[in-house]
Amino acid sequence: MIQLLLRRLALGFVTVWLVSVIIFLGVEALPGDACTAVLERDAHGEALAKCRVDMGLNAPALARYVDWAGAALTGDFGVSANGQDSISQIVGYRVRNSLLLAAGALSVGIPLSLLLGVVAGLWRDTWVDILFSAGAIFAMTIPEFVAATILILIFAIWLGWVPAIVLTPADAPPLDFFPEFVLAAVVLTMIMIAHIMRMVRSSVIEVMASDYIQMATLKGVPYWQIVFRHALPNALLPAINVIALTVAWLLGGVVVVEVVFNYPGLGRLLIDAISDRDLPVVQAITMIVAATYVGVNLVADILGLVLNPRLRSHHMSRG
Amino acid sequence: MSAPAAPPMRRSRLWDTLRDMAARPSGAIGLMLVVLHLVMALISPWIAPYDYREMNSAVILGGPTAEHLLGTDHLGRDVFSRVLLGGREALVVTGIATPIAMLWGGMLGVLLGLRGGWVDEALMRLVDAFLALPGILPLLVLITVFGSGNEVLTPTLAFFFGIPVIRVARAAAHEVVARDFISAARARGHSPLSIVRREILPNVTDTLLVEGAMRWSWMLLGFSALSFLGFGVAPPMPDWGLMISDARVYMSLAPWGVLGPVIALSSLIIGINLSADALAKTLGLDQGRKAVV
Amino acid sequence: MANPPLIDIQGLSIGFLGRSGAMLPVLHAIDLRVCRGESIGIVGESGSGKSTLALAAMGYLKHGLKKISGEVIYNGADMFARSTGELARIRGGQLGLIPQNSGQALTPTLRIGRQLHEALRLHCALPDGGHEARAIDLLTQVRLPDPAVILRRYPHELSGGQQQRVAIAMALAGEPDALLLDEPTTGLDVTTQAHILELLRDLARTRNMAMVYVSHDLGVIARVCDRVQVLYAGETVLEGPVQAVLKTPAHPYARGLLASIPRLGDRSLPRALEGRPPAPGSDRTGCAFAPRCALATDQCRTIRPPMVTGEAGQETRCFYPEQTTRIDMTGSGAPLSCCMADNPAALSLNRVAIRYDRPGALARFLPARPRPPATVDDITLTITQGETLGLVGESGSGKSTILKTIAGLLPPAEGTITLGDGTALTPRVEQRRPEQLRRIQMVFQNPDESLNPRQTVADILGQPLRLYFGLKGAERHQRAAALLETVRLGAHYLDRRPGQLSGGEKQRVAIARAFAATPDIVLCDEITSALDVSVQAAVLELLNDLKARHQTTFIFVSHDLTVVRALSDRVAVLYQGRLCEIGASAAVYAAPSHPYTEVLLNAVLEPDPDHAPRLLAEDATDLSPPARGCPFQRRCPVKCGSICDTDIPPWQKAADGHAIRCHIPLKDLAKTGPA
Repeated sequence: MIQLLLRRLALGFVTVWLVSVIIFLGVEALPGDACTAVLERDAHGEALAKCRVDMGLNAPALARYVDWAGAALTGDFGVSANGQDSISQIVGYRVRNSLLLAAGALSVGIPLSLLLGVVAGLWRDTWVDILFSAGAIFAMTIPEFVAATILILIFAIWLGWVPAIVLTPADAPPLDFFPEFVLAAVVLTMIMIAHIMRMVRSSVIEVMASDYIQMATLKGVPYWQIVFRHALPNALLPAINVIALTVAWLLGGVVVVEVVFNYPGLGRLLIDAISDRDLPVVQAITMIVAATYVGVNLVADILGLVLNPRLRSHHMSRG
Repeated sequence: MSAPAAPPMRRSRLWDTLRDMAARPSGAIGLMLVVLHLVMALISPWIAPYDYREMNSAVILGGPTAEHLLGTDHLGRDVFSRVLLGGREALVVTGIATPIAMLWGGMLGVLLGLRGGWVDEALMRLVDAFLALPGILPLLVLITVFGSGNEVLTPTLAFFFGIPVIRVARAAAHEVVARDFISAARARGHSPLSIVRREILPNVTDTLLVEGAMRWSWMLLGFSALSFLGFGVAPPMPDWGLMISDARVYMSLAPWGVLGPVIALSSLIIGINLSADALAKTLGLDQGRKAVV
Repeated sequence: MANPPLIDIQGLSIGFLGRSGAMLPVLHAIDLRVCRGESIGIVGESGSGKSTLALAAMGYLKHGLKKISGEVIYNGADMFARSTGELARIRGGQLGLIPQNSGQALTPTLRIGRQLHEALRLHCALPDGGHEARAIDLLTQVRLPDPAVILRRYPHELSGGQQQRVAIAMALAGEPDALLLDEPTTGLDVTTQAHILELLRDLARTRNMAMVYVSHDLGVIARVCDRVQVLYAGETVLEGPVQAVLKTPAHPYARGLLASIPRLGDRSLPRALEGRPPAPGSDRTGCAFAPRCALATDQCRTIRPPMVTGEAGQETRCFYPEQTTRIDMTGSGAPLSCCMADNPAALSLNRVAIRYDRPGALARFLPARPRPPATVDDITLTITQGETLGLVGESGSGKSTILKTIAGLLPPAEGTITLGDGTALTPRVEQRRPEQLRRIQMVFQNPDESLNPRQTVADILGQPLRLYFGLKGAERHQRAAALLETVRLGAHYLDRRPGQLSGGEKQRVAIARAFAATPDIVLCDEITSALDVSVQAAVLELLNDLKARHQTTFIFVSHDLTVVRALSDRVAVLYQGRLCEIGASAAVYAAPSHPYTEVLLNAVLEPDPDHAPRLLAEDATDLSPPARGCPFQRRCPVKCGSICDTDIPPWQKAADGHAIRCHIPLKDLAKTGPA
């Protein structure tokens, strides 16, 4: 068990390290560097050379990688290309805002998706199931910017209940984002509910058809006790990993939704940074997102190990 | 017990599969939508009532009329014609990139699943690392540097959408490799390539087909998201994502401007998903149902 | 029958909705009466509907099945007409179920204790705190050691036998009037099976319970039942007292079934029952068994026979019960092909050891732990040309592992394997030359796994033909058709896929594929254990035939001592990866023998109500062999002292190459001969 945990942990670190290498090499391979970006049209001759010396860009790639990665480990991502702003500071608020949005979506989305999934699975092939499943396919398939646009049209423009876009600055206190971020959170919640619900539904159906549920029925266990005691603990175990993927996605990948609602999170910062060719910021965001992804999945793996008795005592496996 | 043995068949498997798919409500609707879109993309240049570039300053943001079925946009262009034409770029790019992504990702995944060992371990870590990157980032970076022409988009999409396929194909191959007919082939002394071709591939193609249909819809989502963000199709070329992005600004004045492309894009993606769902059920890949007896 | 029936099933028909929309029956008008204290056996092959019947007795139908007609009367009311609440009180209370595979029937996320408490809470009014003591009491009754420890375990932490005992304890928790047992010992080792059956017999006697045993195994039925009902294709074809049904059965199917069972007592091939039963739900006119029946007339093929009274209190669904005695029930009498003991060697294993565990990359950085003993150790064997060597042992004995190593799929940790001509086989299959590979072919346990479902039979047989002989096109096709003939399948099978074949047909194709290489040695890994007994007999006959015709050497692995007995020239007995005994099969099955062989032979069940197994040792609980001494030390009934714990026993040679690995002198071993 301990060995298994250590192995997962080691693999997580390897993945994060590989990400850093990919990012560094990717940026290296791009034409231009931080100095050409800062100096823009003046990027030639002496000014360029001086800038490169100042920013240490003439050092060998390996040395610069070690410098960058070493600093990143301590949370220092250097300064942005266009000015002297500390990246850690800019990114800090954005991370908080993205977390805020994710927290809003998750707090509603996880309980609701589990509930809907269990209900659809238990009443499979009835109208409830068909309705929920059709809704899920709909929510999963229509593009997020389409859903966002429709919601804005209905709730912001026609009904006027909530503002269409967020105008609060990135560094405002968290409460200021309410109720502006509600629509954004709703779009994200819809998508995540669809994914988790479908997975939970099929898992519930599979477990309810298993031998041990039949046995529990023939042991005389009442239906709801079977559901809560025998079926759900087994059916919801695999949901942990899907939830983890959704969390990772919410914490880093919601570029489109943040852009649509003008929400000052990590995703929009990423788009802005790319448009400005602000490579240090892009690098920093990517590292943070990737590390979150790996971390969240690692937590899910460990939770799965702890909660599943079959994995916990792996040594008992028979040949 | 499996179902009673089917009579030996000589008809083409593709035809049978399509017919079985169409027999399900989801498959019938899905296939209909997909075929409709494909036909539309083929013939739209001839049936579109207006040139997509033609601006008419007299009817800027005009509502639906007999001349302009879906109204006009902020430059006075006919929205209906632009909606008809707006899926062509997306279908061409994803139509080429999806099979390429499935091929390279699928082959690599199957090989890794069969071989195992340190090569597999190392490459899978690399795959993990790529999957950990924020989904859209590598696309955005490449596009800002190399431009958003189809000659950039197609290989870029094909590459990045192939990476998750490696995982799926590898898992599917793992399941097959554990079975005795692979041991039997190994014990007979077949070469790994022959084992992949004759024993593994026929057993993973179904999974990869369904996966491919899903990947296609995701790639379309990605493509239109890029357009929406302004990194995809360049104006004045019509594209649904771009049209939604443009029309959004004037949504309070002219809501019909978004509805056309929204419905077109959603119906295509829903059509593909319904077809994929029906395909999975037809090929017996959904786990929910088991044989009765 | 003086006392009124406890469960009274009347005219029960159950079916499922076919694709055409018609109701397709899987059970036809079944009548079954069980009285208090009585044991009824329900026998049938796969697809006969026997498990559906057992579950229906509790008013339960699997998803997709529907009751067509009939009633299941328990306690004066139809089970199918009762409310959910009433059913919940009866199920697990007055009516208990013991499932086939308790490993899957126990909820994996709940400890044994919680599952037992649940049963007690639902069906047993006990004061608080009384449950714990009662649970321990129940586990003691089913003879589980350390009940307090078992209560804290999860299901997957127990062995198959322990899981089955827990399931029995759970059924007993409700103080049942009747137990329904759905293949209660299938998949367990012989010794475990014998122990569980003795336990059930005792329980039935002391508690005066009614029992309904569902099984495909007539040996099990013979041991525990008073009356038997034989199901064929969803209907009762024979019903009667166990003595009569097993000794003078009045239905041709029952006679055919009995004749197809290999016996420990005589070394001859069982008689195969040709053909296959109709698929569940297929419609029919006349007697369901008519197509396979030697006595069938036009009347049988057109009119469904009624139940009539036959010999010795039997009820049989046959027009000609008197004539059934004409059907021979002894073995086929087919001359067993035999080989010369002085033939040259075909294959030798020299001190082969096999390990599954390999230290991982991370283990190098962790403190070293002592390595567990090898899974298979110190195997030295020589197989002569044209001989059939049987390898027997319980699960975990390493018998299949050894075959994999010979085939090159699992490299040995130590030791060498050499072919008859002296060439050493390289450990890994990838390094072997095609000619070496061709000479050794393997047939696997489950043809569903070993045949590629996507290939046609022609593709499957074509693979070795192309690989070893470079055959192409028409020539390959002809050769494949000829191979099908040798396994008694027609050339029209070439276009079919495995999914369109029955279990027996699939295994024949797998055998044909092995023979396509014209091998010297064929490795058979439990090749009949996934098949029904009547199909098994046909496969055994086929192997015997092939052996006579091609002088092929066979290594035949099986857990079933009677099957090995029927086919093998020599037998090697394995326990936890170590050889115990080896010799000519007649010698191994007679005295003197190794204490473990003795235990195995005595636990075998025969389809004969007068035969009783003897339980000489506890069934296995340890998963890995001991680090030192005799591998059998922990279960040996005649352990002679501390020497067994410390020293590996020597090989003692008896007559004709018969050898036993034991510390006890041969003459003392001879005294405790087989029953």
